[in-house]
Amino acid sequence: MEKSIINVEDVRFSYITAEGVAPIVLDGVTLDIEEGSFVAVLGHNGSGKSTLAKHMNAILLPTGGKVYVDGMDTADEDKLLDIRRTVGMVFQNPDNQIVANVVEEDVAFAPENLGVPPEEIRRRVDDALKAVGMYQYREHAPHLLSGGQKQRIAIAGVIAMEPRCIVLDEPTAMLDPIGRADVLRTIKTLNRERGVTVVLITHHMDEAAQADRLVVMAKGRVVADGAPKEVFQDVEGLKSVGLTVPDTTELLWELRREGLDVPLDALSDEECAQALKELLCRVKSKE
Amino acid sequence: MEAILETKKLSHIYSAGTPFERAALADVDFAAYPGEYLGIIGHTGSGKSTLIQHLNGLLKPTSGQVLFQGTDIWTDLKTTRRTRFQVGLVFQYPEYQLFEETVYKDISFGPRNMGLDEKEVDRRVRSAAYFVGLRDDQLGQSPFELSGGQKRRVAIAGVIAMEPKVLILDEPTAGLDPVGTESILSNIRAYHKAQNATIIMVSHSMEEMARTVDRLVVVNDGTIALEGAPSQVFQHGQELEDMGLGIPQMTRVFNRLKAMGVDVGSSVYTVEQAKRAILDAVAKKGVG
Amino acid sequence: MALKDITLGQYFPGHSLVHRLDPRTKILAVVIYIVALFLAKSFVTYAIMFALLALSVKVSTVPVKSLVRGMKPVVFILIFTAVLNLFYTPGEHVLFQVWILTVTLEGVQNAFFMVIRILMLIAGTFLLTYTTSPILLTDGLESLLGPLKKIKVPVHELAMMMSIALRFIPTLIEETDKIMSAQRARGADFESGNLVQRAKALIPLLVPLFISAFRRAEELAVAMECRCYHGGEGRTRLRQLKYAGKDWAVLVFFLVIAVLVGVLGHFGL
Repeated sequence: MEKSIINVEDVRFSYITAEGVAPIVLDGVTLDIEEGSFVAVLGHNGSGKSTLAKHMNAILLPTGGKVYVDGMDTADEDKLLDIRRTVGMVFQNPDNQIVANVVEEDVAFAPENLGVPPEEIRRRVDDALKAVGMYQYREHAPHLLSGGQKQRIAIAGVIAMEPRCIVLDEPTAMLDPIGRADVLRTIKTLNRERGVTVVLITHHMDEAAQADRLVVMAKGRVVADGAPKEVFQDVEGLKSVGLTVPDTTELLWELRREGLDVPLDALSDEECAQALKELLCRVKSKE
Repeated sequence: MEAILETKKLSHIYSAGTPFERAALADVDFAAYPGEYLGIIGHTGSGKSTLIQHLNGLLKPTSGQVLFQGTDIWTDLKTTRRTRFQVGLVFQYPEYQLFEETVYKDISFGPRNMGLDEKEVDRRVRSAAYFVGLRDDQLGQSPFELSGGQKRRVAIAGVIAMEPKVLILDEPTAGLDPVGTESILSNIRAYHKAQNATIIMVSHSMEEMARTVDRLVVVNDGTIALEGAPSQVFQHGQELEDMGLGIPQMTRVFNRLKAMGVDVGSSVYTVEQAKRAILDAVAKKGVG
Repeated sequence: MALKDITLGQYFPGHSLVHRLDPRTKILAVVIYIVALFLAKSFVTYAIMFALLALSVKVSTVPVKSLVRGMKPVVFILIFTAVLNLFYTPGEHVLFQVWILTVTLEGVQNAFFMVIRILMLIAGTFLLTYTTSPILLTDGLESLLGPLKKIKVPVHELAMMMSIALRFIPTLIEETDKIMSAQRARGADFESGNLVQRAKALIPLLVPLFISAFRRAEELAVAMECRCYHGGEGRTRLRQLKYAGKDWAVLVFFLVIAVLVGVLGHFGL
């Protein structure tokens, strides 16, 4: 069995509001993230998915239950820096994560905070920028780059800490299709080629479909957990929690409702086309 | 049909006369017709934002004309100002532009600037709130207490309250989840129907475009690269991809199917159409 | 839109000798330059200072156009100073008199020098910010002000604040532009009306701008914490500040010029 890097154990969380009323955001979430895996967390706005993400590197602490990062309790203040360098975090708005006016100086920010020696910072900065495909922009001013490029800089800024896991909280929500595709490709490369564990929080079905494992959240709970192909088969279940499924699954599901025999797990364009072809060939051979 | 809003040889150059000079639009002839639901697509930097900001007189053409109901909107200051009310523009992430103490006051900002009397302002605020599904008791609340999705409704209502004949929305569903997206789109449809207004929607989602618009305009490199009904536009799959745009997933699947030697008719771009096409093919083959 | 054209203090990346100097050298050189400017009192000394500035600009490869463009916002101050000096300098050589205003030769001279001085002062400081990335600039300041830490001045925090402020100027300008366009689309009028009306028209602009600035600050703070920021303690630097031969040479050169200008000034030249 693979070792897990993050253990979320029966976590409950509610915000303390001015009126003292505390709406429950997380209502008993238990989740293990295996080292080296690519996990997508899908949920509609207000499902608690971002709150869960913020528990994974001690930005928020659970009101009940425990979160362990590589065995360290996130409530242990002495371990704070170790936790944060193990699990890096990337947010939605790239503009609000970039600290410096020059790309490479921004990427250097985290290693500088960690007291890494200058030559080693240089190596890490170059390496991180190459990992996200932004090395040629190292001397540019971030505000002149596109949204997708800025978000890749933000990812490089986290990679420079050499974390074993990165949690990305809706990193593509503010990007155009080109930016989204670039960011997603970057994330997948980090996972496949560098073995970085990836937790991707999203509400885009097509992004979630590319993960190894898909966790669906609704009303502060985990309502589905499994391979994307399996999870998306429960079309009605997903619709009932305010989510949709990729168009491919939707089509196959509609056809099944019409009594046609098609598989529900043909998720990619290729698989779906293949499934449709087989269907039509079968009909033909029956003639 | 007479266009309600059109541009003639519209060009726009940013930072003219400096080393940063950059042409954003070049000789664009664009037209929108009364009552149509029009979609504009183009990647970031294609010039589409520059184009829509010309349509209601926020940007002044470097050369060429913008005509609203046949009149050049830059004829005089009064005409320009009037055009801003008749061609409503909802920017991207409009919820970040709210500023008033109450939802009611925020929505009434536009109508008040139009110089309408109190009674008319009130009627418009209430009717706009109704279109976007805001409850009466929410009108007295501070907009900053609302959720993100509700704030966006308030912002859209703020433009709808001017009762524009043309409503332009720049990525109205950006960042929303499927439920939020669907409900904003149905709000817009409701306004479209009730007022017989022209809707111009900018979106990156081909699926959303395929489902909602009558006609599509594709902007690329400061010019209109393609236009027509979605079915016509989506036939140019390769060209669209070269422009950094995609085509709907269903169209991609059916193109693949075609490549595999199974042709069940082209011009499929929604799940509904795909389902029909497959069912028809099955029925035909079943009979024959 | 005019707002986007503001270049005030924006860094232009480059590799010239001026770019490569230690930021502390540049800060000190600018201080020396400013002192010398105030010591300059005659055509000769101003000519020397101008030659120094021209040389620095030439070496820095910063386009003169950009420097000139940066001056635009101060035109008003310039005119104001010029007028003040023109009319309020007493002197013997009266050129002409209008009503109660007297213009003397000394006044014209004063006004001229004052304007030149301000222009050169601004050009010099702009050259510093144009050729030094804000982070290096703040690193340099932090290092120069280091001794103040002993008397509990939060030097690191101040430097960090300054660098973040500089980082967010373009972002906020862009945002202001966006909000203004959105409110103009709803009939807001920022251009006409009397002072009260104009001030009122700013409310729809300022409220969202402040709210967004706070939101950004909050998100930035969390993002910084996620990247293990915990104050200046134990921080290392990607670029280490190190004085090299060229730094000493430049400083000595600037000092010599300053002394020369001072001495010439002393002898009334």
